[in-house]
Order: sequence, then structure tokens, then C-alpha cells
Amino acid sequence: MSKVFIAFQLNEDTRPIIEAVLADNPHAVANESPAMVKIDAEGQLVIKRNSIEELIGRDFDLQELQINLITISGHLDEDDDEFKLSWLN
Amino acid sequence: MDMNVKKKKLGLKEKYAHMTRGLDWQTSYQPMEKVFPQATFEGIKIHDWDKWEDPFRLTMDAYWKYQAEKERKLYAVLDAFAQNNGHLGITDARYLNAVKLFLTGISPLEYVAHRGFAAAGRNFPGVGPRVACLMQSVDEIRHSQTQIHAISNYNKHYDGFHDFKHMLERVWYLSVPKSFFDDAFSAGPFEWMIAIGFSFEYVLTNLLFVPFMSGAAYNGDMATVTFGFSAQSDEARHMTLGLECIKFMLEQDPDNLPIVQKWIDKWAWRGIRVLSLVGMMMDYMLPKRVMSWKEAWEIYFEQNGGALFADLARYGIKVPECLTQCTEDKEHISHQAWATFYQYGGAAAFHTWMPNDEEMDWLSAKYPNTFDKYYRARFTYWRDEAEKGNRFYSNTLPMLCQVCQIPMLFTEPGDPTKICYRESEYEGEKYHTCSDGCKHIFDDEPEKYVQSWLPVHQIYQGNCFPDGTDPTAEGFDPLAAVLDWYHFNNGHDNLDFEGSRDQANFAAWRGMATKNT
Amino acid sequence: MEIDLRTVAIKPLRHTFDHIARRFGDKPASRYQEGTYDIQQTDIFHYRPMWEPELQLFDKRRTKVQMKDWYALKDPRQFYYGAWTIARSRQQDAAESSFDMIEERGLADIVPEEIKQTALAVLVPLRHVEWGGNMGNSYISAYGYGTAITQPCLYHAMDHLAVAQYLTRIGLVLEGPEALDTAKDAWMEAAMWQPMRQHVENVLVVQDWFEIFVAQNLVLEGLTYPLIYDYLDGDFSANGGTVISMMTRFMGEWSTETAKWVDAQIKVAAAESAENKTLINDWVKQYRPLVLAALAPIAQRAFGEQAETVLAEVTAQFNARCTKAGLTV
Ligand SMILES: [Fe+2]
Ligand SMILES: [Fe+2]
Repeated sequence: MSKVFIAFQLNEDTRPIIEAVLADNPHAVANESPAMVKIDAEGQLVIKRNSIEELIGRDFDLQELQINLITISGHLDEDDDEFKLSWLN
Repeated sequence: MDMNVKKKKLGLKEKYAHMTRGLDWQTSYQPMEKVFPQATFEGIKIHDWDKWEDPFRLTMDAYWKYQAEKERKLYAVLDAFAQNNGHLGITDARYLNAVKLFLTGISPLEYVAHRGFAAAGRNFPGVGPRVACLMQSVDEIRHSQTQIHAISNYNKHYDGFHDFKHMLERVWYLSVPKSFFDDAFSAGPFEWMIAIGFSFEYVLTNLLFVPFMSGAAYNGDMATVTFGFSAQSDEARHMTLGLECIKFMLEQDPDNLPIVQKWIDKWAWRGIRVLSLVGMMMDYMLPKRVMSWKEAWEIYFEQNGGALFADLARYGIKVPECLTQCTEDKEHISHQAWATFYQYGGAAAFHTWMPNDEEMDWLSAKYPNTFDKYYRARFTYWRDEAEKGNRFYSNTLPMLCQVCQIPMLFTEPGDPTKICYRESEYEGEKYHTCSDGCKHIFDDEPEKYVQSWLPVHQIYQGNCFPDGTDPTAEGFDPLAAVLDWYHFNNGHDNLDFEGSRDQANFAAWRGMATKNT
Repeated sequence: MEIDLRTVAIKPLRHTFDHIARRFGDKPASRYQEGTYDIQQTDIFHYRPMWEPELQLFDKRRTKVQMKDWYALKDPRQFYYGAWTIARSRQQDAAESSFDMIEERGLADIVPEEIKQTALAVLVPLRHVEWGGNMGNSYISAYGYGTAITQPCLYHAMDHLAVAQYLTRIGLVLEGPEALDTAKDAWMEAAMWQPMRQHVENVLVVQDWFEIFVAQNLVLEGLTYPLIYDYLDGDFSANGGTVISMMTRFMGEWSTETAKWVDAQIKVAAAESAENKTLINDWVKQYRPLVLAALAPIAQRAFGEQAETVLAEVTAQFNARCTKAGLTV
């Protein structure tokens, strides 16, 4: 299995996002560097709108992720509820 | 009142499909070949453009909303940075030299990416890739401008930034990144997608914008981090586009495989050569280092690139042969590149220096197989000589590779003490390349690479002096004339960091900030 | 150690980049200036384009219009990316709240049937004309010369895509996805749309980028936008179709703004030389009757027996605009 990853800028907006991603993906590992955090996961990584909304207490559109996104790896499949990264092999 | 039930809200995928698909049509008053004249000449066969999958489904309204938010944040940081003398918050003025290389070597490429993606966005007959390419085109002008705007403040206070577009076109080492983009833009739209969408975005920008920008943060440069990460947030879309384009070509017709494979091989190697400059930025030009070039390479190239190639294997794509050499090269290239720039520091628009003991220890620890064995002694010698007042500058001009245009500085596979040369012949002339990878590229398209404007050849031919220069005049100094033609402020932009105006000003200004008045 | 960097008064070495200082002197430059002037490469290209080997990658010879300084074609709005995208996001916010209100309260249902049918028949197929505008302007952005004009043309191309998407939403709001299919069929087959489709396709194969600028941005938009977003919109509002006007507000505002930019380009290019002026005059004279002929059946559907009068008024306004920009048409 190959690893996928997603990296975010580290700021107030991304704290709950990162928390939600780590909770929803127990196999994921967060690696912090100055000003950023990179989340690695074997195979796939799923970001769920619901989980973020629960943490921030307001509606969240997954396209908002783009504001603080730094980079991703893997194939992306995005709909209204999930932002999913995976390798197909 | 009619009986229309209130329409249900459309989902993202559905909404995007309505908003884009079907905007185009099969033209009948003009033939499609005339409307899309560049769609077929590269030999790529596409049967159904509607099979294109859009990974990011941004309609223009969402695009403006999120991009405007990014821009507001970015310019707020830049304004604060300028108002508060943020440039004095960096760790060490040596750091600025990495930013100089960035502005002269990378930002102008962002601009060419903008124009090239406008062309791709005009030339593909399918709606999906057209819209994605146009969004990338407009993102790329964003990148060139946010970089110029961020670095503008440094230009006011430091040397080497002041004439970046003029320098890009002329200066010897800047022909490396320039020729990369000229090469891609002069090809057709499909090859452009592999060159930029895959090689530049997927292979290069992760290494350039992620670990390097994190390094900028570590060195207190909030302006650069901000534009870097903000640009990279668009790159996530761009990489996905590059990847989608490869998949799409491979899925459309089995005949596309050999063409795509050839381009992947070519552009992976072209990209890796350009990355030598980034390697040296990370290992030598950041006073505080987040990770070594080798570590970044392992994470972002070996692991991430490996995952990609494993994924593409199901289409029959093989890992480019040239990559086997990279496992060896990653231990050397940053040192070899820095050694070269140190020697030619008289003709570079940034300052160079030799690392101090502590920095050399770090390099030894990060490169246990190579640094002490091959480089430390030479670097220590140069440093000692410089301290005695004998700073070494090479007065000869290096021979350049006909393809990547990097001086012949890389070594033979298996023998890091011997410079690697390869030779090809075309129409009775001999051409030199730096590696098997570059030779392979040359031999495949000699008619293209014989056109290369090699800065060193051009100097020898007398094409790089200011108008009206008389090279036969007594006391003519060719190097000074070339630097003049480059628009260098000789003595300020170039030479060693030690004794530079940047060093003196930074120290004086910091002093003003830390002393009571 | 406490460091207060803000208090340090430093005399800068220079105020801007050399290429900006060569034009405007060494003084603080605007973001538009630094992000625009002379950032396109002009010298030393390594390889001839495989798609056009007789020219350079960026080459002045891709149009017959010639300028001593291509950066004379500056944008009066001074749009660099940040300024453009922030301006558009504000307009988009306003448009979004209109669409939201219309969708949430089902306001489409109160549009009189006749108005609704006119909107579906006239507005929705125009999304394909917008796609043509996007194609033409992306061509200019790719193959034009000098960032002063190539940059706003890309913004203009993206704006056209946005307008196509607003028109799509109008179809979705008024009827649903079927509206898009009906409109596409009309665009492809209906007699009313064929002259326009033929004209749009003809402009898609024009090679001279400044000719595209004139044909698309000045003539086609200069006649179509007032007809639709001024006259027809006025009719909608006057007859109980305010809801539709709420959804086309972006287009109305946008065309007023962009027409000023277009006129500024035409004015400067025509004033440059007698040759340029003749070229542009001739293009206007060539494309104006073609666009009017293409608009005739659409105007017929929109205005009935008033069509000729409305088109004549629109043409008169257009001609006055051209005269103001220094043309003799
Ligand atoms: Fe970029
Ligand atoms: Fe090479």
C-alpha cells in the first residue's frame, strides 16, 4: 500500500480540521514542521464535512479546505460530504 | 401559480456538470480541426473528451470566493511585513540569497506557466480540461504577482533582486529554468501537460514549496512562507490536474502509452536537473534548516513519486530509467551545485559562502556517506583561504550541457570524483550533455536541442556585451562587460556574502532595532 | 532581548524594480505596475514553437496591429490578480444572495409565463456565446503580446465563463436541467440561433489576436450586451420579471465596467498610427453587419415588432461609442 497525504497551514482555522481528520482516520499520522502540518496515511484518507461541522459549530463547505491547504498526494474524490484521497493500487 | 415543486439543491458533482459540460459543441460551420488546430499533431488519440473526470469541481463563483479570501489574507501579511520592517526579522541575511534565486529563477516561470496554460486552455477540445487549464492559468499569474509583490519589499533593501526579468533571459544559470519552460511551451498541449502538470507540479513544486517554505518560516521570513503556502494551495489543484491528464491519455487509447512514457522519462529528468538548484538552496542557503535535501527528496520524490508510479503501473507505465541514478545523486548534487556556484560567485546575482563548522557538522550528519569523504576537505580549504584573503573565484567559463544547460558539474555514476560528459553528433557537429538522461533527450529530438541558446557559447561568440562594446580595445575586461550586459551591480549583487552590502546593511539595521536610541 | 523592528527608520536602496524604474522613475510603484509591466519575456527564446516554427514563443507578429510600446495598452481598472478576484468576489456575493433568495422563496414561480419563456429562449442559449467569448479571450491571453493586454484578457475569459454559469443557473432556476438541453438543441438546430452560431464559429478560427479583440470584445459584446442586459432586461423589469433582472445584475454591471477597458484599448491602439486605425475601422465595419444579422432573429424573438427599432438604437449607441474611441465607422 502506498501512502497518501495532505498538508495544511497551521493556524486557527485548521486546528479543528486537523483534529477531525485525525479522529476520522485512526491510521493517520500528523507530522508537524514550522508553519505546517502534514498528515500521512496508508492507502487512503477521508475528510468528513460532518465531523468538522461538529467541531466548529457551523456549516462547513469542504471546498473551504482549499484556503489553508498546502498539498495533497493521491487521487482525489470530492463530493458534498467527503474529501477522499486514495491510491488505487 | 404552477405546480412546480421547490427544486432540490443540486449536489456538487451534479451542479458542476451542469455548469460546465455542454457549454461546448461540435462545430459545423467551421471544421473542428480548424477550431482546435493543435489537438492532434503530437499523435495523442482522444476519442471521448467527456470521459474526463474533474477532480476539483470549482465553478467560477466558488473560485472567486475562496481565492479572494486567500488574497485578502496574503496581502494583509505582506502589508504588515512591509510596515513593520519584517525583513529584519529573518534569521540571517544569508537567507535572502535563496529568495533572490527564487525571484530570478522561479517567479518568471510562474508567468510563463500562466501563458502556457492559457494556450492549453484554448487548445484542448474538451470542456473539462479547458476549464481546469484556464483556472490554472489564472492561478499562475497570481503566483508570479504575489511573489513579485512579496519580494518587492526585499528589493527595496537588498541587492540582487532588482532586474529579474532581464536577468532571467540572459544570466548563465538562469537559462536552466528558462529553457525548461521554453522547452515545454514550444511543445504541443499534451506534452505541456506532462512537462508542467506532471513534472513541474508533481515532482518539483512539492519539493520547492513545502519543505523549502517551511524552511522560510523557520528562518523568520513570513512574507515568503505566506506566498509560498498560498501558492501551493493552488498547486494541489494543479498536481491533480496533471495526474488526471496522464490517466486520461492512457485510458483513451493504448497507442498513447509509448508517447506518454517517453514524455514522462524526458520531463522527470528535466525536472530533476532543475531541482539541483533547489537542493543547494535547502542545504546551503537556509541558515536554519528544517530537513536536508536528501530527506526532502526521499519523502516527496521517492515515497510520493513511488506511490504515483506504482499507481500508473496498471496502465503499463514504467519508472523512468534515469531515476535509478537519482538514488546515488541525492547524496551529491546539492554539494556539487553549491561548489560550482561558490567558484563562479563572481558571475552570480546572489552571494555565496562556505558553511561554518557547525553547518559542516550538520551536513556530515545528514550525508554520512558523502560529505566528509568528498566535499568537506575542499570546502574547508576554500574557507580557510578566504579567511586569509584569498577567496577563490574561477575565471574560466564552464561548459554547459546542451539540454539542461547546467555546467558540467555532475559526476559519473559510480565515481563521484570524475565529471560526467556525454557526446552526441548531429549533422556533423558534436554536442555535449551532462548525463545519460540528458543525452537521451538530445538524441531523441536533436533538431530541438541544437537550437539551445547556451549562455557560455554566446559569451565566447561575443553576443553578451552591451551595445557599442569594443572587445579589441586595450584593457577590455570581458567578464565586466558580460556582467554589465546582465545588468549586475558589480560588487553588490555578486561575490562572497562576507563583505557584501547586504551583510553590512542588515547588521546595521538590526543594530538600530536592538539598541536604545 | 526585546526587538522592536517597527521603530527603525531605514532609507531604502531603491523604491522599485529596475524595469519599473526605467518607465516611471525610481519611486514607489503600485501593485498593478509591479505585477504587470515588462514581466512577459521578450528576448532570447531557446526553441522555435513546434506549433508555429516561423515565429518565437512570444512574438509581435501575431497581429497586424503594431505598437511601439505594447504596455501603452494599460487597464484603466488596474486589475492585477488580487484586485480582480476581490472585485469579482464582491459582485459574486451580491449575485449569490439574489440567487439564494430566489431559490429559497421559490420566486421563479411568480415570473409571468411569457417572460419566463422569453428568458429561457433568449438568455439560456447565450451561454454558448459566452463560451465563444471565453475561447477568444483565452487565445489572446496565450498568443497576444505584452502583459498589459494579455492579463486582462484572461480575466475577461474567466468572466465569460462565469457569465455562462450564471446563465446556466437562470435555466436551472426557471425550469431545471431540461432548460439546458432545450437551449443546446436550439443553439445547434433552431433557425433563430444559426446565424449567431455561425458567426461565433467564424470568430473561433480567426488567427490575428487583435482582430479577435475587436470582433469579440468590441463588436459582438458591444452590440449584444446592451441589447440583452439593457433593453431586454428593461422589458423584463417593466413586465413583472424583476426576478430575472436580479439574476442578470452581474452581467449588466460587468459589461459597463469592461466596456470602459475595451474602449481604452481601442482608443490607444487606434491613436498609435494611421495603419492601426485603418485596420480597426475595417474590422469594425466588417464585423458589425455580421453581428447585427446574427442578432436580428434573436431580437425578433425578444422584442417582436419593436426589434428593428431596438437594434437601430443599440447600433447608434455603439457607433457613438466607436467615435468616442477615435474610430471612423
Ligand atoms: Fe504556480
Ligand atoms: Fe544535462
